[in-house]
Amino acid sequence: MKLLSYFRGEAFQRGVHPPSCKLTASTRIRRLPFAPKVTVPLSQHIGRVPRPIVRVGQEVVRGEPIAKSDEWLSVPHHAPVTGVVEFIGLRPGVRGPWVESIVIRAHPGASQEDLWGRPRDLADATGGDILQAIWDSGMVGLGGAAFPTHAKLTVPKQAKVHTLVVNGCECEPYLTCDHRVMVEQADALVTGIRYAMRATGAVRSIVGIEDNKPDAVVAIREAIARCGRIPEGEVYAELVPTKYPQGSEKMLVMALFGVEIPAGDLPVSLGMVVNNVGTLAALGKLLPAGRGLIERVVTITGPGVAKPGDYIVPLGTPLRFVLDYAGAPGAESRQVILGGPMMGQAAASLDVPITKGMSGVLVMRGDELAWREHQKTYPCIKCAECVESCPMGLNPSQLGMLAAKREYDLMGSDYHLGECFECGCCSYVCPSNIPLVQQFRIAKQILREKAISK
Amino acid sequence: MSIEIRSAPHIKGTRSVEQIMRHVVWSLLPVCAFFVFQYGLSALLSLLVVTVSCLLTERFFVRQGGQSGDIGDFSAIITGLLLALSLPPGFPLWMGAVAGIVAIALGKALFGGIGFNVFNPALIGRAFVQAAFPQAIATYTPSFMPGRFYEFIPSSMTIPLMQPVSVVEWLQARQFDALAGATPLAKWKFEGVLANADDLLTSLSGHMAVGPSPVLILVCGAYLAFRRFLDWRIPAAILGSAGLTAWMLFALNDVRFPNPFFMLFSGGLILGAVYMATDMATSPVTPKGMWVYGALIGLLTVIIRYYSGLPEGVMYAILIANAATPLIEKITQPTPFGKGVLSNLGRQKKGASYPLHSGYISREDAGAVTPKKRFLFNKPKHPPKE
Repeated sequence: MKLLSYFRGEAFQRGVHPPSCKLTASTRIRRLPFAPKVTVPLSQHIGRVPRPIVRVGQEVVRGEPIAKSDEWLSVPHHAPVTGVVEFIGLRPGVRGPWVESIVIRAHPGASQEDLWGRPRDLADATGGDILQAIWDSGMVGLGGAAFPTHAKLTVPKQAKVHTLVVNGCECEPYLTCDHRVMVEQADALVTGIRYAMRATGAVRSIVGIEDNKPDAVVAIREAIARCGRIPEGEVYAELVPTKYPQGSEKMLVMALFGVEIPAGDLPVSLGMVVNNVGTLAALGKLLPAGRGLIERVVTITGPGVAKPGDYIVPLGTPLRFVLDYAGAPGAESRQVILGGPMMGQAAASLDVPITKGMSGVLVMRGDELAWREHQKTYPCIKCAECVESCPMGLNPSQLGMLAAKREYDLMGSDYHLGECFECGCCSYVCPSNIPLVQQFRIAKQILREKAISK
Repeated sequence: MSIEIRSAPHIKGTRSVEQIMRHVVWSLLPVCAFFVFQYGLSALLSLLVVTVSCLLTERFFVRQGGQSGDIGDFSAIITGLLLALSLPPGFPLWMGAVAGIVAIALGKALFGGIGFNVFNPALIGRAFVQAAFPQAIATYTPSFMPGRFYEFIPSSMTIPLMQPVSVVEWLQARQFDALAGATPLAKWKFEGVLANADDLLTSLSGHMAVGPSPVLILVCGAYLAFRRFLDWRIPAAILGSAGLTAWMLFALNDVRFPNPFFMLFSGGLILGAVYMATDMATSPVTPKGMWVYGALIGLLTVIIRYYSGLPEGVMYAILIANAATPLIEKITQPTPFGKGVLSNLGRQKKGASYPLHSGYISREDAGAVTPKKRFLFNKPKHPPKE
């Protein structure tokens, strides 16, 4: 009941509580074997697409850069396996269309050790050095958005950052990769936090963790204690009430500091930078070793998986290989979702590779989905469930009716469609089964195209 | 292997339209049972006839293809039960059937079915019979009549298309005077007799001509509000506004105006506030709008009751507020996150774990320009070297 949550002083207003279904919350992270062939798409992040710097037939060593760009908002890619470049060209992409990719055939006899990375001492490195090192490592936000991390940690000239907020919420059901990383790689996480604090000039860092992961808080507090006095500033781990979509940076900042980030602004306007725990833990491991991002932790789970778990997967491993290993019986799995069930994307084909921004692979069985097909779609009965659940304080009911009438301009101008970040709460709660957020996605796309054509 | 492509979210909450409507029906059953306990066979038959008439009309329009939804969604049952509860128990059954047909046909099907109706269908039906059969709808009979479970109130069994037979002789045969059938509101309005609020609250004492107990309705409504099948703001706003208005008038002149408790617990105010005004399709979706809508209903109810020629005003108050709903919604759109006045001041709200860094405030005071989201596209090509 919303009234109760008001008196409890809950973190942010509205939002939903989907069943958590964290099947793999207590299984250790395991390593996935190397696939015979890996496909590295050149565009795995927001920003410019880098150019390949290898030729077909060239031998590459695991960890070696294979694509680079001089553009600031772009990151290099590194070879995930030791092998031979077999093909450079179009391959099926995650979003559907085929994309420019580099296909590497792994050497069957190679030890697959990262021989390219050179350990370095970053104890005296300045913020600029660290940003450059992060850029060279090809790091992007591992939480799903895949925004280049060096760009995110670069503080604009006119702003000053005092707090690094570390996002350990993982509010999506099923996903546990951030949770396991916090528990098992807490030391690397604290190291990564220290680098990020030095890069941004923050003097305080707060790891926000939802209260369904108390073991993660314990692990991080222990790791902080092991560090003793941290020269960069103070680091805390803090519990926030479990609620979807807490993992959105605006919601997390609201939960921790009780302040709304003004619409259209980034957290840096309040002197904060928000980063995902997975990203910072990976930084803590990669930067001292001087390596690039060539593997990541992916949650492979769902009712259709026999061996669910969090796996360290080399980037570019085909989905088919991953699912075969995790034991997803082909005939019964009807839907493969990349990411979480609330915001993840349905895979168009099993030939797509694991990319940098992919936090989970969720396999749904046919019988799990069958009930949905029998659900009837009613007209909006104006029950106000969506208004009560929209974390951005929009009116999805009204927006949905306008979308049905194709009044996209009105949606954007009068009903703040631009604020919608597509968390899916409205569609999740709608008793009439109206595809609200799906319509909003179309509306936003049309408005974007209109704005470009003008 | 074939895989499906859908757009997120891929999971769905369990709530459905049928579930909401079914729970409202469940919660109405105790109220209906109490109504039957008060008035006996006539009330039972009235509930059945009106509901069946609503369901048949709904079925007809669904078959015709002119309206969405189905009788399986329980919404026509709610309309029927509420309509029957708002009519006198001895209301001629054929008139009840007409009320049911009008409620669904003119109140719901005409607008396109479930979700599209502008006015509460049950109240449309009641408003129609109020205009068409003014004598029958004003004829109440006392509750807890002896032998109510064995015989009908004579007016119930009126031959179709005929005016109801008078119940005066039937009452006199049982040693009641003709005035025993007047509702407490009518007694106050036309004779100046004020019923005791405690008696009204339970509906259990004496042979009062009242509907189901307000306490029972409030309990059933509280269950629905707790399960969030209705919004607690609307009944709270209606009762608050009606009580406040009545109390102010009572404070001005305690002879001319009854006390506010009488106002709250007499007539159909509680039933209207809990079940009729909270009809989802006809009430605003915005939280602020719900308060405005409820306050409007409470105010109008008291004004109509005190100053008009009618004893009861809840029905018209709700219908007028239904008509005002689109306008109320338009002016009470919620403020999006980050666009409020408070957020621009950077002020912290309740529930914060950490203070903002003091450096933040002083930086703002120093007039530093906060970068907008667009800053990424105006950036230099390389990260700054310190």
